[in-house]
Amino acid sequence: MEAYISLFVKAVFIENLALSFFLGMCTFIAVSKKISTAMGLGIAVMVVQAITVPANNFMYHSLLKEDALSWLGIKGVDLSFLALLSCIGMIAALVQILEMVLDKFFPALYFALGIFLPLITVNCAILGGSLFMIERDYNFGESVTYGIGSGLGWALAITVMAGVREKLKYSDIPPALQGLGITFITAGLMSLGFMAFSGIQL
Amino acid sequence: MSAVIEEVKQPILNEETKKVLISPLVNNNPITLQVLGICSALAVTSKMSTSLIMALALTLVTAFSSAAISAIRNHIPGSIRIIVQMTIIASLVIVVDQLLKAVAYDVSKQLSVFVGLIITNCIVMGRAEAYAMKNPPLESFMDGIGNGAGYSLILVTVAFFREILGSGKLLGMEVLKLTKDGGWYDPNGLMLLPPSAFFIIGLIIWGVRQYKPEQRETQDFKIMSISHGEGGGHH
Repeated sequence: MEAYISLFVKAVFIENLALSFFLGMCTFIAVSKKISTAMGLGIAVMVVQAITVPANNFMYHSLLKEDALSWLGIKGVDLSFLALLSCIGMIAALVQILEMVLDKFFPALYFALGIFLPLITVNCAILGGSLFMIERDYNFGESVTYGIGSGLGWALAITVMAGVREKLKYSDIPPALQGLGITFITAGLMSLGFMAFSGIQL
Repeated sequence: MSAVIEEVKQPILNEETKKVLISPLVNNNPITLQVLGICSALAVTSKMSTSLIMALALTLVTAFSSAAISAIRNHIPGSIRIIVQMTIIASLVIVVDQLLKAVAYDVSKQLSVFVGLIITNCIVMGRAEAYAMKNPPLESFMDGIGNGAGYSLILVTVAFFREILGSGKLLGMEVLKLTKDGGWYDPNGLMLLPPSAFFIIGLIIWGVRQYKPEQRETQDFKIMSISHGEGGGHH
């Protein structure tokens, strides 16, 4: 149990996808102008991440890994080079299914998250999460924890960023630094703040 | 004879091609203006060598995927175009990834997941969607090269500052002698950490927009200056 908790804390704070690996930066910069939208996108990312990372983990361990097909009686097959293609396919398919399920059963949630879902397929944080899971060879339980944790970390980062940017409107910034420039510097300062967590030994 | 060559050359490097090759470098840079492809880029910039490889990989993938997508653009049904583009891009990225693992294993280890993340790099998708779907293959290829070069320019600039200030080296060779080896330069450790990439890109954007006022963003609100009486409050 302790191992899972420390993995969770690590995924949320120490190895924050947005601020220490720069994943999902395009949407991080583009959709962080208002707290409400940022939070919506953050929750959507968290939900998708919590589903796709374990799903990809299951697929990788039962189909793609070296000798993974031995349950079919096929030995010595290593399909791990297909991981990239299958992961992105899995993500695209799951996002599509999620969208349809939400539309059918949870219309209110669909209206809140709907516009963000197509954006999420091409969000590097989602694919990045799955690839890190493969690279670090997590088992299924760890992948569930990592999925939820890294999604939460991303959501936290974009919400905080949106909060800062809402206040930034009132500051007197040199004209050439307006908008994108100051956003980058703000993200840098936040990332610096998150570096403080890296001293924690788990 | 030369006239014939002239005529053959004409369509290859015409105005349009030149435009799509040059304009992404500064005027329409994918990173500083279009805000694309920042995602996977910054984490690989702590060293020149990794960022050069990354830049090369991305440029090749963008160019070839744009060309391939543009070649079949009239046969892709609109509703499934994203998945078709994604498959083409992902296949190219797998080729690049396998190639790197075979030729430069150390670098591919350092780049870790970021080669794979070229798939979701917005530059590749963005160019496919915005340019390759509407233009012939050759121009799309050039557009891919141009945007890849714009991305590479920023990436290499950031890596240059991070490596030289952070470890006193360039491409692994010592440029500034470090104090711990008896030299004079005390390395700035912050430059090797993620935040510095944000700062450097922010400063690059500031610099570019200082000289290119048309790239500046319009403010939602203007700050009124009340200190010098009559000037404030009117705009």
